[in-house]
Amino acid sequence: MSADPPLAQVPEGFFTERDPEDLDCVAQGGFCPDWILENFDRYVDPFFQHVYLTVVSLAIGFAIAFALGLLAHRQRWLTGPLTAITSILFTIPSIALFLLLLPLTGRGNTTALIALVAYTQLIIFRNVTNGLRQVPSDIVDAAGGMGLTPMQTLLRVEVPMALPEILAGLRIAASTTVGLATLAFFAGAGGLGAEIESQINFKSNVVVAGGLAVLLAAALDIAVLGLQRALMPWRRAVAA
Amino acid sequence: MPRFVGSDAASLELRELVKRYPGSDEPAVDKLSLEVPAGEICVLVGPSGCGKTTAMRMVNRMIEITEGDILLDGSSVTGRSPAELRREIGYVIQQIGLFPHRTIGDNIATVPRLLDWDKQRVSDRVDELLELIGLDAEMRERYPAQLSGGQRQRVGVARALAGDPPLMLMDEPFGAIDPINRERLQNEFLRLQAELRKTIVFVTHDIDEAIKMGDKIAVLRKGGKLAQFASPAELLMYPADPFVEDFVGADRALKRLALQRVRDIDLWKGVLCKKGESTAEVRARLADADLEFPLLVDDEGRPLGWLSERGLAGERVMADLRSRAEPTVEMDDILRDALSDLLAHQTLYGPVLDDQGRVQGILSLRAIAGALNIRPEDVPDSAEFAARRTSGDPPAATSPVASGTPPPSSS
Repeated sequence: MSADPPLAQVPEGFFTERDPEDLDCVAQGGFCPDWILENFDRYVDPFFQHVYLTVVSLAIGFAIAFALGLLAHRQRWLTGPLTAITSILFTIPSIALFLLLLPLTGRGNTTALIALVAYTQLIIFRNVTNGLRQVPSDIVDAAGGMGLTPMQTLLRVEVPMALPEILAGLRIAASTTVGLATLAFFAGAGGLGAEIESQINFKSNVVVAGGLAVLLAAALDIAVLGLQRALMPWRRAVAA
Repeated sequence: MPRFVGSDAASLELRELVKRYPGSDEPAVDKLSLEVPAGEICVLVGPSGCGKTTAMRMVNRMIEITEGDILLDGSSVTGRSPAELRREIGYVIQQIGLFPHRTIGDNIATVPRLLDWDKQRVSDRVDELLELIGLDAEMRERYPAQLSGGQRQRVGVARALAGDPPLMLMDEPFGAIDPINRERLQNEFLRLQAELRKTIVFVTHDIDEAIKMGDKIAVLRKGGKLAQFASPAELLMYPADPFVEDFVGADRALKRLALQRVRDIDLWKGVLCKKGESTAEVRARLADADLEFPLLVDDEGRPLGWLSERGLAGERVMADLRSRAEPTVEMDDILRDALSDLLAHQTLYGPVLDDQGRVQGILSLRAIAGALNIRPEDVPDSAEFAARRTSGDPPAATSPVASGTPPPSSS
């Protein structure tokens, strides 16, 4: 790989009169900062498509898995079957699932979202049910004994107390979904994966597209962490 | 302590209460009938597996009744929606079960908010209860994990009282507290109850706690059968059967002494004399006194010591003592402590003093024994004591009255 020329030393007229060295870099499929600066535009749309796929599938996935988790907590017999179903969804190879759905839902966002939502289910569902189960029974007993209805106990006591576990599930699901969404191009839904795939031997391309995906995963993780801190002042109070 | 307004109590009646769990032949609670008058503490006590907690939890329908009925102020609890019923019944459990994600203020406000009280009323109520349990107002914003065990227990009681329920259920409320704090919390709670006069069902496995806390005690045996329902004194004096006798313990007589104070029993009249008094007069008074030893007192009537024979030898009483007047006991001492004092000083008699330290009478082992309804002849008199002592029995080993020095002894 050629030495990276520092940005400050970019000579005048660089963009009109190509430096042979730089052309070499691109031709060799290397890591070329100049090329990246010039071509960054092309990653903006795929990036936002990736954000769209990730956030929407996380939102839908969380809503479904959270509801199923509450249901399974109230109707314990459902826990086994629901765990089995979500586990099976999770074990289907991701590329296979995208391809399997194609004949049913066609190419596009719908297919990608269905697959991505399916993969969030096991992680979130299991963390919701585990979190609810770990709420100390004396606290649930006290809540009932004071006259909270089962629903009030669930929403005002059990869910808040299970939040650390539930949000931990959401964080794992977020990282996983960002990664899996790079395969969404198999379903024709674009995203950063499509960019990676388009020039998979060009280092600059792979580093930028992959790097954006990593940044997105980190940003989502921090966002959930922030949510967790905002929702749980009592946890910090304990440490103080 | 602030005045506690709007406080009232309900009577409670269990009628032939039965709990049978599916798949179990033996009922957990078997035809249990109890009546608790409004404002009294009824303790359910028994070994583990006796159904005491099950019986208690049927009152607020945390456990459904199989047969029989529970009447709260005359009306059945079975006709009510469980959640509504429970808002009118205070509930305290051993683990307390404070909500860790809610502040102390929010924890206490739980039931008032369920009852839809307006904001100001809820807030006033929280302040009132924090004061009642002796916690600073700033504790309101703390979380349970920031409190000590004793403070959490107090908050648990405050939370149960918040809706001003006419009935409280308490399941081993002090069971997880260390012995020193438990004693303090028990006393605090009794003081609180003296003011609130709630009807309370109190579950414990500890007979000492039952005796201390209960107006009435229901002793349950395995299988949820009522063995005896009586006041603490009755229970200790007349255990209904060998099970109860065994359960209250071999030291039940001593336990009963914890229920009586020195002022409750017939004290002996001692002969008090002052220095310089006529000995003839003193001897005359000794003739019909309970005790043959005169007690020398000062001009204010405070005890100086037991007079020796030589003190009475002359015309006038001389300050010649056999022994000092120790121990002295007070009118408000409980008999168990007074007895312990007598035994510790190896003596049979102690002057009883009033607030000013003046002698009001003499407490003797016989008087204590009399208070227990033990036949007096079963208690050795001082001659027997002296005889045993000279024969070399070890002091105060097995039987509390079997050894010791008869006072007045020369020290």
